[in-house]
Amino acid sequence: MEGSRTDFVVRLAGESGEGVLSLGEMLTTALARLGYEVYTFRTYPAEIKGGTVLYQVRVADHLLLSYGSCVDIFVALNEEGYRENIASLRPGGTLIYDSDNVPTHDLPNHRVIPVPIGTIAKKEIGSMLTKNMVALGVILRYIGAPVEAGEQIAEQTFKRKGEEVVQKNFQALHAGYHYISQHVEPLDPLLGKVEKVNPDRLVINGNEALALGAIHGGLTFYAGYPITPATDIMEALAPVLPRFGGVVIQAEDEIAALGLVLGAAYAGQRAMTATSGPGLSLMVEQINLAAQAEIPAVIVDVQRGGASTGLPTKTSQGDLNLALYGVHNESPRVVMAPTSVEDCFYLIQHALNIAERYQLPVIVLSDQSLAHRRCTIPKPNLSLVPRWERIVPEPSTNGEYARYAITETGISPMAIPGMPGLAYTATGIEHNELSDPTYTPENLQAMKSKRFRKLQHLSEQYAEQFVRIWGEPEGADVGIIGWGSTEGVIREAIQLAEKEGVRAAALYPKMLMPLPVRVIEEFASKVKRVLVPEKNFTGEFAAYLRSQTNVRPVSYAKDTGLPFDPEEIREEIIRVARM
Amino acid sequence: MAETQTLSVHTQPIQRQPKDYKSDLEPIWCPGCGDYGVLNALFKAMSQLNLDPDKTVLVSGIGCSSRLPGFVVTYGFHGVHGRVLPVATGIKLANPELTVIGVGGDGDGYSIGMGHFPHAARRNIDITYLVMNNQIYGLTKGQTSPTSSTGFQTKTTPFGNLEGAINPLQLAIISGATFVARGYSSMPNQLAKIIVEAIRHPGFALVDVFSPCVTFNKVQTYDYYKGKVYEIPETHDPTDKFAALRLAEEEEPFPIGILYRVEQPTLDEQVAMVKQQAYTENASVEQLFRRYQ
Repeated sequence: MEGSRTDFVVRLAGESGEGVLSLGEMLTTALARLGYEVYTFRTYPAEIKGGTVLYQVRVADHLLLSYGSCVDIFVALNEEGYRENIASLRPGGTLIYDSDNVPTHDLPNHRVIPVPIGTIAKKEIGSMLTKNMVALGVILRYIGAPVEAGEQIAEQTFKRKGEEVVQKNFQALHAGYHYISQHVEPLDPLLGKVEKVNPDRLVINGNEALALGAIHGGLTFYAGYPITPATDIMEALAPVLPRFGGVVIQAEDEIAALGLVLGAAYAGQRAMTATSGPGLSLMVEQINLAAQAEIPAVIVDVQRGGASTGLPTKTSQGDLNLALYGVHNESPRVVMAPTSVEDCFYLIQHALNIAERYQLPVIVLSDQSLAHRRCTIPKPNLSLVPRWERIVPEPSTNGEYARYAITETGISPMAIPGMPGLAYTATGIEHNELSDPTYTPENLQAMKSKRFRKLQHLSEQYAEQFVRIWGEPEGADVGIIGWGSTEGVIREAIQLAEKEGVRAAALYPKMLMPLPVRVIEEFASKVKRVLVPEKNFTGEFAAYLRSQTNVRPVSYAKDTGLPFDPEEIREEIIRVARM
Repeated sequence: MAETQTLSVHTQPIQRQPKDYKSDLEPIWCPGCGDYGVLNALFKAMSQLNLDPDKTVLVSGIGCSSRLPGFVVTYGFHGVHGRVLPVATGIKLANPELTVIGVGGDGDGYSIGMGHFPHAARRNIDITYLVMNNQIYGLTKGQTSPTSSTGFQTKTTPFGNLEGAINPLQLAIISGATFVARGYSSMPNQLAKIIVEAIRHPGFALVDVFSPCVTFNKVQTYDYYKGKVYEIPETHDPTDKFAALRLAEEEEPFPIGILYRVEQPTLDEQVAMVKQQAYTENASVEQLFRRYQ
């Protein structure tokens, strides 16, 4: 690698259970603290031990929009990881490998650096557990980062385990660092210095940002059932929610989790659950109940590969149809999708607000790549999203509380148990305004219309606020309409295409139901062709657009378990532009 | 909330009568249905406890008996089939001040809802669960239920029920329930007494009630129960788990009354304690950001 540059990609691959993930996380945090922008991607096997873990860090001195297209430094810690990933290393890139685990390879197009990581850990520190710290030292030295960056992380990570453990890890870090100084000459540092380190940034992933956003959004009740890749939302909330007067309950299954949420929301709490595809399937019946009985509920679906058990640890955008249409008969629900880690923090607050104000289920579609993408984001603005309180009725004087009063907006004031004179029965059975079971045709039509009017109102008042447009659509060769976690990579691809003279723009609605039809059609009318890239096999969003708007997009649907890379989208943009 | 004059009328606590809990909605049950007896016993029990309707929540799933919340003037939650206990747990955790009573049938609670039953018991959440057990599916017109006896002929078991029946009392006891009782809808006074004790009990209280289905169950009829039930004698020690399990095993005659009663910390108390210990007045998300800087 020549000269000093500050946009490069490090990929780590090794045996699951050997600390590759924590190595990746430590490297990421170290680089972020030095002032660089970071953007990561990880996949891991669905088993606790065995299989390859992949962790990729892209680092730069400017805003990063994706995890990058090709690898500059590949660190192979086991043979399987080596075999699976060596092809991704760009010509001229560097291979660093654990020579205790990976056979020697002669690669004419790459710089090859063998390091006996296990031997160093065993001989110099006497503990194989410190292997990943040796590797951290190796990488930091190779890219030209100061060893102090690693020391800080080691201290923070191992402080709780005592001084002896911290010292061992320091030793390992220095041993790795030293090994490169001794054996690799001449060394061109990759990292240019960052002039001024911005302290007002977070290094955080999507699930963590979502959990913090939910707390800030007033969440006081969380119930969930562990499922990859949603579990760490619960794990982030469990230790801290009680500090805010809230509670986290691990339910016996996803059905119970949503039942708990509905009970708590009915009783006045801001309540939420998070799950992944198979769990969302189980919740479908009660999503309808929430809509029909008009109870607020936020359901986060961190989508993963599928179907069935599928690819539990890999990414996909395959649950859109389930979120939009997964009901019996018909009932209103809101579907939203955050587009970035930063957005996870804000969008979940809106979701809680909308559920509370409109008394209906709000499904938030994240996915594995977004959930586990650790990157630098500006410290969130805590006053950006104002709180919406529940609309409650005045105390009743005659005992005739019309819980399901038919109103213009469809929203009926909702009493909270304990409020005097307003006792009513929330019910999933069709009912009149007083909540009494009523099956007349006129009542059914009036009540359905009232409930769906909430979506209409939401669409008119708010849906367009959740639209982001990137680039200039007027006269663009290609107009991309995308959703969810792909926003960053699409933006980067647009920049790449522009370098080749193809103009593209992108529109991202964060509210998918109700869909901001007017803005979408206006955007589509300005561009020559519309392209819809999404991480599923059948083009769910493209089909949805065809059904809801006059837009006739070209679908680019691909379900590989991996996020898009900017190069492939650039190619697709150019292909569509030349159609 | 705006103050109104009517709310300030009752400066003295009023003693509510059973009829005060009756809503305007007429029950939709068949004439002679055992559930009427359960409803009346519930009215009596609520009156004896002088429960405030505004602070009481009846939660149900789906089925004939699950329509009960509509017939009572308290807050109610009539949800989906089998999910009474998670919803009731959510309500109680959200507001421990409320008296939360789950109601439903044997199909709702012991079949589709079975996944939740032992968990509510082991959590010892402070709710009362009143199951109207008629050993058949009534609302869907006469199919076998998880409490139907072996050999019982129904529309779905024309050759007789090939399966054994579950014993909800034993299951509750071994799962960690701290109050387990059985009532009979034709003994409303005793049932009311049991319900009073169940509601008073801090923790998960199961009251399984024989509640005959006059339309579809032609075996476990009122005539059948005549001479086949008896009140649990005073000599029974309800804190003796093994004695309770043995009592729950008895059939024909069936013991009626409180089989098991012990006190254990409840989930809602423990959650409240965690909240109290962890709560920080000026906790802020800003502080949480530090972990990620």
